[in-house]
Amino acid sequence: MESSIIIETIVKILVILLVFSALAGFSTYFERKVLAFMQRRLGPKHVGPAGVLQILADGAKLFTKEDFIPQNAVKPIFMIAPIITAATAFIAMCAVPFFPEFTLFGYTVRPIVSDVNVGVLFVLGAMASGLYGPLLAGMASGNKWSLLGGARTAIQLLSYEVVTGLSLLTPLMIVGSLSLIDINNYQFGGVSNWLIWSQPLAFVLFLIAGFAETNRTPFDLLEHEAEVVAGYATEYSGMRWGMFFIGEYANLYTIAFLAAIIFLGGFNDLWFIPGGIAIILKVAFLIFFFLWTRAAWPHVRPDQLMWLCWKILMPLAIINVVVTGIVMMF
Amino acid sequence: MSFDKLKERNLGTQEYKLMDIEPYPKTGWEAFKRGFKRSIKGELFGGLKITLTIMKEALFNNQMHTVKYPLEKLPIGPRYRAVHKLLGLLESGHNRCIGCGLCEKICIANCIKMDTKIDENSRKEVTEYTINLGRCIFCGYCAEVCPELAIVHGGRYENASEQRAHFVLKDDLLTPVEFLKDQKEYPGFGAVSPDADEKIKKTPLAY
Repeated sequence: MESSIIIETIVKILVILLVFSALAGFSTYFERKVLAFMQRRLGPKHVGPAGVLQILADGAKLFTKEDFIPQNAVKPIFMIAPIITAATAFIAMCAVPFFPEFTLFGYTVRPIVSDVNVGVLFVLGAMASGLYGPLLAGMASGNKWSLLGGARTAIQLLSYEVVTGLSLLTPLMIVGSLSLIDINNYQFGGVSNWLIWSQPLAFVLFLIAGFAETNRTPFDLLEHEAEVVAGYATEYSGMRWGMFFIGEYANLYTIAFLAAIIFLGGFNDLWFIPGGIAIILKVAFLIFFFLWTRAAWPHVRPDQLMWLCWKILMPLAIINVVVTGIVMMF
Repeated sequence: MSFDKLKERNLGTQEYKLMDIEPYPKTGWEAFKRGFKRSIKGELFGGLKITLTIMKEALFNNQMHTVKYPLEKLPIGPRYRAVHKLLGLLESGHNRCIGCGLCEKICIANCIKMDTKIDENSRKEVTEYTINLGRCIFCGYCAEVCPELAIVHGGRYENASEQRAHFVLKDDLLTPVEFLKDQKEYPGFGAVSPDADEKIKKTPLAY
C-alpha cells in the first residue's frame, strides 16, 4: 500500500513535469502564431507542418547555446536563480487537481499529486516564492538593467500579492474550504452554480492579479524590452534563460487552472461535455485570453501598477470581502 | 502681394483637425470621476475587439500581409531601375550598341568600360562591355544618353552571387537571342516615338 502510493506519486510528478514542460514549449509556438495572426503575419511556418516543429528547433538552440556567466555576477546565486523560478512553478502545481478522477486499468487515479487541505494557500505561496528567481537574478547579474528588472520584481510582488489573496478570500469564505477539490465540488451541477456569478468582482481582480503574477503584457514590467532591455534576464543565455521561460509558462498554466477551478466550474461536467474536456476548454480559452491581451493592450508603468493595485484593486477587494461577509451573515 | 503673404511659409491648406482633449482633473474628486468613467467605458474591450477582427480578417478573409519572399515576389514597376540590360535588335538579334562610347563618357561613377574595334565590314563592333556594379549608383544617365536605346535598366534586383564579376560582363547584361521575343520597349523619354515610321526621311546622299 505504502510503496504503491509512492510509485503513483512519482509517476504523477513525472507526468506533470513532462506534460507541462512540453506545454510550455508548445504555448510559445501557439503564442507566436496567435500574435502573428493578430498582426496579419504568418508566424513560424517553415519547420515541420505549419511550423509545429519550431519548438524543437528552439529547444535545440537553447540547449546548445553557451552558458554565459558575467564576470561581476555573484556566481552561485546567478546559477541558482532560474532553478528557483522553474522549480517553484512546478511545486505550485502539485496541489492543483487537473482532471476529475478516472479509472485506468481498474485503478482509480486522482490527477493531483497531493490533496493538501490548504491547497489554495499552498499554490499561491509556492507561486509567490517563485518571484525570488527574478529578484535574485536581477541582483546577482552585475548589470544595471538586470538590477532595475529585479527592483521591479519586488514592487510587482508587493503590489499584486495582496490583491490575489484578498480576491480569493471571498470564494473561500463561500465554500468554506481551502482545498481546490472541495471548491470544485461546490460548483457541481451546471453553469448557474459557478462561483463567477456570485463573485464576478473577485474573478476580475484575480485575473488582473494573475496577469501581474505571470508577468503577462499589461504588467510585464520585469523584462519589458523597450525600457530595461530584458530586465532580470538580460545576462542569461541558453538553458538558464530557458528555465525562466518554462517557469513563466508553467505559472501561466497554473493561474489558468486556478481561475478555471475556482471561478469557472472546474472539471465538473458541462452540459454534454465531460469534465476533463470541459476544463481543457476553459484553460485553453483563458490562455488564449492571455495571448489576446498581449496583442491588444499596452503595458503600464511601474508607478501605475502600484497605483492600480494599492489604490483601486485592494480597496475593491476589501469592499468585496466585507459585502460578501455581510450577505453571508444574514 | 502684401508683405504678410510673402512671409507666409506654411504652404498648402491649413485644415487641421483639433482633437478634443478634456481638461485635466484639478481636484481629487474630479480625478476619481475620470478614473471611474474610464473603467466603466470598456475601452479595453474595444482593443480586444480590434485585434480579434484583424485576426479573423487575416485568417479567413485573405488579409494576410506576409509575402513569402523567395516563393512570392511583389510586382515591380516595368521601368524599374535595377541592373542594366543590353538590348538586341529584334529582327537580326545583333547587339544594338554601336560603340559610340557616350555611356562610358557620361558615367559619373566611372564604372562603364568598353572596348571597340572596326570589324571586317568597317563597322564599329563592341568587343568588351563591362559595368562595375560595385561602383554603379544606378543614376540612369547611361540609359538616358544612349542614342540607340541599347543600354537600359532592367528589373533584376537579386544580385547575390559568389563573385561580383558575375554581374558585370557583357554576356550577362546582353539579352540572349532566345529571349528577344520577351524584350519590351516602353514609351517615354529616349524611346522610339510611335510615329517613327512617318517621321523617317530618306537621307540625301548627295550634298
